Order: sequence, then structure tokens, then C-alpha cells
Amino acid sequence: MSAPSLKIARDVSAIEAYLTQIVAVADAEAVKLRHDPMDLLSRAVQPVLWLVLFGQVMAHVRGLQLSDHSYLEFLAPGVLAQSVLFVAIFYGLSAIWERDLGVLHRYMVSPAPRSALVIGKAVASSIRGVSQSLVVYLCAALLGVRLSLDPIHILGVVGLIVAASALFSTFSLIIACIVKTRERFMGIGQFLTMPIFFASNAIYPITIMPDWLKAISVANPLSYEVDGLRALMLSNGESAFGLVRDYGVLFAVTVVFIVIATRMYPRLTQ
Amino acid sequence: MTAAPIVEVRDLTRVFGAVVAVDRLSLTISPGEIVALIGPNGAGKSTLMKMLTTLLPPTAGSASIAGFDIVRQPQAVRAHIGYVPQVLSADGDLTGYENTLLSARLYLIPPEQRAQRIAAALEMMGLTEAKHRLVRTYSGGMARRLEIAQSTLHRPAVLFMDEPTVGLDPVGRRTVWAHVETLRKEIGSAIVFSTHYMDEAEEVADRIAMIQGGRLAALGTPAELKAGQGDGATLDDVFTALTGVRIGAGGKTR
Repeated sequence: MSAPSLKIARDVSAIEAYLTQIVAVADAEAVKLRHDPMDLLSRAVQPVLWLVLFGQVMAHVRGLQLSDHSYLEFLAPGVLAQSVLFVAIFYGLSAIWERDLGVLHRYMVSPAPRSALVIGKAVASSIRGVSQSLVVYLCAALLGVRLSLDPIHILGVVGLIVAASALFSTFSLIIACIVKTRERFMGIGQFLTMPIFFASNAIYPITIMPDWLKAISVANPLSYEVDGLRALMLSNGESAFGLVRDYGVLFAVTVVFIVIATRMYPRLTQ
Repeated sequence: MTAAPIVEVRDLTRVFGAVVAVDRLSLTISPGEIVALIGPNGAGKSTLMKMLTTLLPPTAGSASIAGFDIVRQPQAVRAHIGYVPQVLSADGDLTGYENTLLSARLYLIPPEQRAQRIAAALEMMGLTEAKHRLVRTYSGGMARRLEIAQSTLHRPAVLFMDEPTVGLDPVGRRTVWAHVETLRKEIGSAIVFSTHYMDEAEEVADRIAMIQGGRLAALGTPAELKAGQGDGATLDDVFTALTGVRIGAGGKTR
């Protein structure tokens, strides 16, 4: 073999190795989900309540101008984004839990690069997020929300959920590396999820917000997830920011978070 | 000494705020050797082990494993070591087999060899029957042996174990050590473990490193260490004579 082709072979096997290590971490999580599917159902209760209770009542409030969609249709993508957020934001807690159990030490002394471990966890969270979405889709369909069944749109929804799950779970991991204990994380977790959820376009349009809240919402990645979901999840859905911007923001922020988390992750086991 | 050392520690130091946990500690270990680190809680054993396994950066000094520097080449070091942490680290929500599969992938054991290596490791640790049970149903000794299986799939040059038998009943302790002995014969890894059970160290280890206040108080074979203290001396006596401290139950100093 000539020198360049040897180099290519080496690069290919390095990439293969990296992917194997990502799969190792993500697959362990997928297997746990298979062992305990009830976990998925119990987490689905909250989004269902939002749609059935909150959505039904708010549908009778006539103050919102929502073009040709009902309030329930407006709400469904917001609730989907919320359920993904609530699952992802507790990934940091499970990282602390894994540290306390010693599971994390096992990852940290393996030759897997830290970034592969972080990405593996992000993928694991995406698997959960996507499974969670099935429940929300089903519930929304039963309530009469007109969903788009175009395969391209569905693929687009999966892409948004994968990106958002990765983003918020990695954010959560960063918080875990800073606070380091379960007790402190519990406090902060509650403190973070509510503002992320309410200071976004998830349950009301940004246009009716006061300016200061508008500014926060536009800086909030959740708004871009919801905006993309509104365009792709509903039939005749439309995006306020544009899909390129929605995907771009989610992807860029995720990459930044992964870089930060890769640097901070080893702190947990020191 | 004929073979080049597999572990070389030179003036390794770690400071936490005002506390010097490990203080200019130097030590060399030969391939295949079993070394016990003995000392009371807080002597610096875990901190030393965390530095050697690249979990914790040293404040000063250096160390190398299989010729790789722990600070400059941490990833190469990790590929050559196995580590069994003090807390039981196998994942309770996965089966024994799934835990070893996770390790096989993280250590990049080629896919065509995985099944055979996993089967051999589980067999060696006496876990073949239990491999499809969730680890949370394992006894402490079984979980420990699973971790040893996980940590040695890649045939490390050095296996580090931090208090591997703490919290186990006498039967569990004995089976763990019996399996470790098999492991050394089959794989030939050097083994470094910490303990505060003197009897365990004396029975299992080739050499014993006595650690107190982050420093190496003595290093030698059990016979060498006892020889200095006259007839009938125990390792406890040696430790007390050298450090002025007695190690009590649970590793507390008396």
C-alpha cells in the first residue's frame, strides 16, 4: 500500500473507533430503556396533561391570533418540545448519580476520548427524546390536531428533536459538572426548566410578549425548536424564524455545549 | 531487576488546598507483580491511584505506565490499564453481559473477538451462569468479579483496584482473590490494590507499600518488612513501628 492510502486506512479506522465508543455509551442507554419501558410511559403523563387539560381550557380563550390553527394545534409542538426538554434537562442528574455509583469512573478510565463520551450521552438523550415524541404525537392525533404525515416533515421533526435533546442534555451535563452534587442539582434543575419553558414561544406567541421577555425568548434555543416543530409537525404549519435559522441555532449551540462539556466532564470524577 | 518497570512513580505530589494528600511519593513496579498499598483512611492511597489512572492531575512530580506519561499521554495510559474503583461501578440496570459488552466497545476490542473475550472473562470470574441477570440482583462479591472481568477484557498491563474487598463477607473476599490469582496467571497483568486488611495484603501481594500521611513509609516483601521488627512481629506491628499509627477496623487510625 502507498503511504497516502495507508493514512486513509488509519483515518477510517480512527473514525470507526470513535463511532464505536459513541455507540457503546448510547446503546447502554437504549438497552436500559428496553429493560424498563414503563419509565417512558410515566414520563408521558405530564405532556398528556398539558394537552388535555391546559390545552382544552386555553382553547376557549379568544385573545390570541393564531392564523388558521386552533390553540391546541399551536400548543402541540410546544408540549412536544417541553417533554423533550424535561427529559433532557435531568441528564446532568443522572451523570452525578453515575459518578456516585462509580459507573462514570469506568467510562473515564477507558481510552474513549471524553468527547465521544459526551456525544454518546447526547445521542442517548436523543433516543429517549424521540421515543417520548411518539407518545405526544399519538395523543395529539387523538385530540384532533392535524398532523403532517409527509415523510420529509417527520424526518425533519426527528432531526429537531435529536438536536434539541442533545443540546439540553449537554447543557444539563455542564451544570452537573459545576454543581457536582445531587441536592444542588435538584434545586437548580427546577430553577432552570421553568424559565426556559415560559420564556419561549412554547405556549404563547412571542408577538404578545413585553419587549424584555421577547429578547429572552429570541435568545432561548427552545424557541427555535418549537418554531421548527410548528412548521414540520402540523399540516400547513409555518415557521416564524425560517427552518434554516431554527436548525442552524440548535446545531451551533449544541456544538458549543459539547465542546464545553468535553472539557468539564472529567471534573466530576476528580 | 531484569525487566523494565511497568509503573514508575517519581516524586508524585497532590495538594488539595492546604492538605498534602500525596507527598513526593516514588515507587516502581515490575510487570506481573502484585503490590498492596496499605494505610489508614486518608493516607493518600485513593489519591495516588486516581492520579495513576489519569482521573486526577498531579500537582507535581511525574509517573509513567507502560512507558506512557500520565499527564502528557493519558489516553495511551488508559488503554494499558484497568481500574476497579472503590464503589461498585458495574451498572445495576444492565445485565452482566451488557456491562462487559459496554467495556469491550469502549476498549475497542475488535468485533470479531468480542464474543470470545467476553465469554472467557465471564468464565474466568465464575459469572457465566449469571450473565443474563441484571447486576442489581448480584451479591457484592459477584459485582466485584464482574468489574474485574470488565476491567481486564483488554488484557491491561496494570490492573488498579481501590479497596476491592471492602464491604464483602469473608467468602466473597476469598473468591475475589482466588479469581484474581487466576487472572494473573492467564493475563500476566501487574496488580496494584489498596486495602486496610493486613492479612489480605500479606497473603496476596508480592510487595507491600506502607503509606502514611501521603508518603511511602516502607516498601518490601512481607518477610522483609517483618524481618526488621524481630521474631513474631506482624505487619500491624511493622506499620505501627514505622508510623506510630495503628490501623483499626474500617481503616480508622487508633
